[in-house]
Amino acid sequence: MKDNKGMTLIVKTVIKFLAPIVILFGVYIILHGHLTPGGGFPGGVVVASAFILLTLAYGTEVAEKKMKRSLAALLESTGALFFLILAVLGIFLGGWFFSNFLPKGEPLKLLSAGFIPLANIAIGLKVGGGIFAVFLALVIFRVAGEGGEEQK
Amino acid sequence: MNLLPLFIAIPLGTAFVIVLLGKMREIYSDILASIAALILAILPFILILSLDKGEVLVYSMGKWLPPQGINLVLDGLSRLMLIIINVVGFLAIVYSVSYMKKFTAKSKYYGLFMLMLTGMNGVVLTGDFFNLFVFAEIAAISSYALVAFGVEAEELEASFKYMVMGSIATILILFSIGLLYGLTGSLNMADVGRTIQGNGSTLLSFSMVLFLTGFGIKAAMIPFHAWLPDAHPSAPAPVSAMLSGVLIKALGVYALMRIFFNVFGFNLQLSWVFMILGLLSIFGGGLLALRQDDLKRLLAYSSISQMGFIILGLGCGNYWGILGALFHLLNHSSFKSLLFLNSGAVEYSVGTRKLDKMGGLSKVMPVTGATSTIASLSISGIPPFNGFWSKLFIIIGLVQANHFVLAVLAILASVLTLAYYLRMQRNTFFGKLKKELEKIKEAPLSMCFSMIVLAVVCVGLGIFFYPVMKVVLEPAVEVLQEGIKYSSLILGG
Repeated sequence: MKDNKGMTLIVKTVIKFLAPIVILFGVYIILHGHLTPGGGFPGGVVVASAFILLTLAYGTEVAEKKMKRSLAALLESTGALFFLILAVLGIFLGGWFFSNFLPKGEPLKLLSAGFIPLANIAIGLKVGGGIFAVFLALVIFRVAGEGGEEQK
Repeated sequence: MNLLPLFIAIPLGTAFVIVLLGKMREIYSDILASIAALILAILPFILILSLDKGEVLVYSMGKWLPPQGINLVLDGLSRLMLIIINVVGFLAIVYSVSYMKKFTAKSKYYGLFMLMLTGMNGVVLTGDFFNLFVFAEIAAISSYALVAFGVEAEELEASFKYMVMGSIATILILFSIGLLYGLTGSLNMADVGRTIQGNGSTLLSFSMVLFLTGFGIKAAMIPFHAWLPDAHPSAPAPVSAMLSGVLIKALGVYALMRIFFNVFGFNLQLSWVFMILGLLSIFGGGLLALRQDDLKRLLAYSSISQMGFIILGLGCGNYWGILGALFHLLNHSSFKSLLFLNSGAVEYSVGTRKLDKMGGLSKVMPVTGATSTIASLSISGIPPFNGFWSKLFIIIGLVQANHFVLAVLAILASVLTLAYYLRMQRNTFFGKLKKELEKIKEAPLSMCFSMIVLAVVCVGLGIFFYPVMKVVLEPAVEVLQEGIKYSSLILGG
């Protein structure tokens, strides 16, 4: 990254090493939502914060290459739909809206707790995509506002 | 049995599918939204046909039984609200097909609209306090965005004001729910109702005050009304119709009714509080409406005034008062939505909302003119239109409860309503047609369709008020009159 956009070289280098780890941590929180503290929402926020760090360090253009705004919006809608489909599948497979239709499995194993891990993944997608999209929208709004002032 | 969650699942799913398909041609989102809204509008009638009159349906989400799990409750009152929300919602969507052409990002509009429907359906169906709060927030937040949909300075300001007031209401409601949870250890409405019976405490009264203020802001009762005259006129016309016709009732009045009649239990003090707030709203809204120059602003103030009638009738607390209030709630959703759709048609064709710049529009816009006259006559309480019957029932209720002064005041307020609607009609649709307005055309077909249907509903409710009363309204009145028996109906025993 030779361009002058974003913050100093130190910040950029640190973020370059940190961002993948933060994403990994977020994914861990999402996937282990039914075993450890956390779940879809906090995990999604952690994943989104990795992209927010990238945006802050490298500027919007570089971050947009990694994760486009349209992609974030797409992930958000898909997450919500996935969650709703799980709930509606409960009607057909379990007899009630939102009822569990998967085997409960062995406690404290990764593949357990019925459809809760799936629901956590859906929420993670929704929250991660949503928060990053909101952040980008705010950033773009600020830039547009500054541009307006320059014209004066 | 499995129909109940569909009221939440269908609009929620449609909202996200429409947003996902946003890049496709506009016509697809039109079709998708209309079909979803049509299904939603038909569902409540299926429920009426398939259930007995007084039957209460309790649906446990995910097979977790109440009081631990979240449950949906369908009784007479929820059924009435579901009909209002989804029928007006469908007509507003059909109207939007033409009206929203001048805005960009129609798919986002439909997405937000569907989310608002989700929220309102959820509020009237849920039997759980926290669930009610969440659904109320879904509906409220999407309505903030819809008010600002035009993104002009005036609209953003109105939306911001609405958002600040709405957030204050939300905080008060959440705080109150927290207090109740602390006192009873339960969030299920029926369970809370059973636990608090007979134990009065200061904290309990405090939580009632917080609920009254919070939902009072949502219902725009005077003195909590300040956001409404800005927010409702700034929104696009079909959204104004939804906000004034449905949202303030579902989020405000319905929640007040459910909480104060079914959970806390109605008593004499509450009755006076309701009647005084109602009377203030009737006269405050009415007098302020008299002096408005903006068509939609006049309608917004009139909404405050008519909500006052509903609250007054509820406060009266006897059979006729509650019947009148619920009937007025149903009627107001029909004629106020119609009036807002009319104002939208006028704005669409003429391009202004100022009363002094219009006149004689009936000649060039016959459908809009005729439907608007019907709506104005209905809201002013001219027999045989529907508004006459509901106001009559409220006044009968007041007389039966020996509140003769209030009854006379209600009649006077009714005359006040007639006064400002006559003024509005004279300035817009009657009188001499201005030279520059002669080239004006009638609104497009889909807009006319919604207006005609609502006008037919207004006339139909007036003429066939007896069957409507028996089938839809009386089960709802029963729910409110049974009061705190609600909890034993839900939980059994």
